[in-house]
Amino acid sequence: MEQVVYERSKLYKGSHPLCSGCMHGLIGKLILDTMDELKIAPENTTLLFPPGCGPQQDFCININTVMVGLGRSAAVGTGIKRADPDHFVLCWDGDGADAAIGIGDVIHAAARNENLTVVMVNNSLFANTGGQMAPTTLMGQKSTTSPRGRSADREGYPINLAEILAQVEGTQYSARMAVYDPKHVMQAKKALEKAFRLQTEHKGFAFIEFLSNCPTNWHMTPLQSIEHIKEMSERQYPIGVFKGE
Amino acid sequence: MNRIVIDEELCKGCGFCITYCPKALIHLGSKFNSLGFKYAEPGAEEGVCTACKICALMCPDAAITVYRESR
Repeated sequence: MEQVVYERSKLYKGSHPLCSGCMHGLIGKLILDTMDELKIAPENTTLLFPPGCGPQQDFCININTVMVGLGRSAAVGTGIKRADPDHFVLCWDGDGADAAIGIGDVIHAAARNENLTVVMVNNSLFANTGGQMAPTTLMGQKSTTSPRGRSADREGYPINLAEILAQVEGTQYSARMAVYDPKHVMQAKKALEKAFRLQTEHKGFAFIEFLSNCPTNWHMTPLQSIEHIKEMSERQYPIGVFKGE
Repeated sequence: MNRIVIDEELCKGCGFCITYCPKALIHLGSKFNSLGFKYAEPGAEEGVCTACKICALMCPDAAITVYRESR
């Protein structure tokens, strides 16, 4: 007699079009699994996607989604949440949206302590448009708009959004997680559970930054990109919980 | 018998499950799926898999289903 111990979430409908080895898919899977475990009703949920690699998943997820302007997910989420406080709203952004054009929206949503969950997937590039430099690009990292590598006098320093949001008084939970090995995936899942619980219990704003990869624009294989996160990204972006338990 | 099933149409051959399987049971096959990727295949050895779910946890495409023999 066999029993199923793990299967694909029922919220999926078909394959997603992300590249091979993209951790965005892994993070999406964790989000759906956590929603299943916490019994968050999909019909009472809205996912907010700004343009980028993330919304490619809305073709394969059976939940209502709103495609918002770049970086505006925290603002649109505020509107939905205030109209229907029991609705579950997840802002699913990239670093190009949250750390660049939408940094004001996110910080002000945190300052107002809006009852939202914001997930930021940090792959240190604008991946969907071809690998331009983002505010989170690492020092010395080459991209199509920093071909000689990012330097402090030309392009400035990277932005650590999880630490910045931990300083804001309204934020209830701010953490940075990685998903490159099983231990960190379990840790990330616990962080997601915590953040989702804060929203379902009406406690307030939670922010999780995920260190992700981009094998296509980093010009690496998926396994080389794991080593790159361990050696380079983690040095700039330490993993941990910066506010909340 | 504990076993895993990898959906060959969902798999994109990134190799995360192959790297992290503690028993090194999974390997990259030589056939291509309709997306044009070589896909991972579970090994044929019986009784080695412990149904630890690490492969399913690491799969970015959620292509792996894990079955455990109940006692």
